[in-house]
Amino acid sequence: MKFFWRDITLAVATLSVAVGVGASSANAADWGPYQVEDRRSGYTYMTDESRAMQVDTFQNPGMLWVEEGADLWTTVDGKAGKSCSTCHGDAAESMKGIGARYPVVDEGMGKLKNVEQQINSCRGKNMEAAPYKWESKEMLSLTSYVNHQSLGLPVSVKVDGAAAPFFEKGKAFYYERRGQLDMSCSQCHEDNAGNMVRANILSEGQINGFPTYRLKWQKPGSTHRRFRGCNKQVRSTPFGYGSDEYVNLELYVKWRGRGLPVETPAVRN
Amino acid sequence: MPKTKTLVSAFAAILLMAGTASADELAKYDVVDMAIPTSLTGKAGDAAAGEKVFINRKLGNCLACHQVTALKAQPFHGLIGPTLDGVAERYNEGQLRLQVVNAKAINPDTIMPAFYRTEGLHRVLKKFDGKTMLSAEQVEDVVAYLKTLK
Ligand code: HEC
Ligand code: HEC
Repeated sequence: MKFFWRDITLAVATLSVAVGVGASSANAADWGPYQVEDRRSGYTYMTDESRAMQVDTFQNPGMLWVEEGADLWTTVDGKAGKSCSTCHGDAAESMKGIGARYPVVDEGMGKLKNVEQQINSCRGKNMEAAPYKWESKEMLSLTSYVNHQSLGLPVSVKVDGAAAPFFEKGKAFYYERRGQLDMSCSQCHEDNAGNMVRANILSEGQINGFPTYRLKWQKPGSTHRRFRGCNKQVRSTPFGYGSDEYVNLELYVKWRGRGLPVETPAVRN
Repeated sequence: MPKTKTLVSAFAAILLMAGTASADELAKYDVVDMAIPTSLTGKAGDAAAGEKVFINRKLGNCLACHQVTALKAQPFHGLIGPTLDGVAERYNEGQLRLQVVNAKAINPDTIMPAFYRTEGLHRVLKKFDGKTMLSAEQVEDVVAYLKTLK
């Protein structure tokens, strides 16, 4: 996504479906697990086609990255001669729940860490391997694979205790206006969820499906890529991948989606 | 051939100027009773040019948020702001001008961007920093266009 002003020139072909399902019948529809109290997954704002694509494992294009991640899981890399599975064994067991409860406070670092950072920390300390670049095929594959092990589990992040100051920072970021357009996350995703911005329907900006496969990009993107895109849409200088600002924001936005099921890999327009 | 060249570069210069008034050349204006009574350029705007700025997605992009029945040939009107049908009957020219220049002077919580303001913004992308979204002339053209929405 480049800039909001430009982005919305890209008409969503299946708009009428999105309007019919996402907006007008919002209250009437029963979204099952995709709605918890007043909180709705981005899934409920999508077209019928993308929803069908997401839930069918054989059709979901993001599953290619999950499969790639499964290969990386058992591939030895680095000077220590280890793979992820050397330490963690069966991911279906050991990684279950990670996608639902990260980011978490890392006591050693004295701040939050998210899944990408945990992966690179393991690669460094335990495998003596080079870190993966953010948005690299490897990083997207492994984060997709790890988060996918929590498919369907309700998002549940810890926001009290040591996490509280980071949560507060993330929350402040969410409500802060920025950019030439002078807009906050909340103005689009809290105040206007369900409304059309030109051809796009605004969702609540939930992150329970990340990395999400974007039809527009023909590949998955990380949470931080999405944050950068939304910052640039309002003509604001984005923060870096893995910056403290975005990891704090990630915790806050994840909390906004508490109870929603992990959907990785979600399919979005 | 040289003729074409001059034309092209003149055109490029116009494009560069569009929507990029920098802070020091910002037109001064007075707010009186929640309105800016006088034109930013000292001249009346051109409604036809204003309609183009209004629609243009890199300039006003007003349809991102607003609906206008007269522009129904344009696809996808946003639903974030109110319809602007009949807006000229609800507001006078000075009120419309303030709404476009700095909607936040009217409602500090509005999502509507200020189209002629450079101050008080946070972390603006470098290429837009210190620049207004519309030039004074474009603001006047848009105001002239809004005045046709009766
Ligand atoms: C100018 C309006 C606007 C602002 C401001 C904005 N976004 Fe978005 N955002 C969008 C649009 C449009 C989309 C694509 C449609 C959708 O999913 O809502 C989107 C999508 C998202 C998504 C993807 C949701 C999904 O289910 O895949 C996330 C997450 C998100 N935004 C978070 C944020 C955060 C965090 C901020 C503030 C840093 C922010 N947005 C600011 C317009 C905005
Ligand atoms: C991101 C959304 C957004 C954009 C873009 C936007 N507006 Fe607005 N506008 C609003 C909202 C919301 C209101 C309602 C009043 C408020 O929020 O204070 C509004 C109110 C108005 C009003 C007063 C209407 C009334 O009946 O009270 C006018 C006039 C107006 N806008 C003109 C424009 C013009 C002209 C442009 C483009 C140059 C524009 N707007 C772009 C969101 C937007």
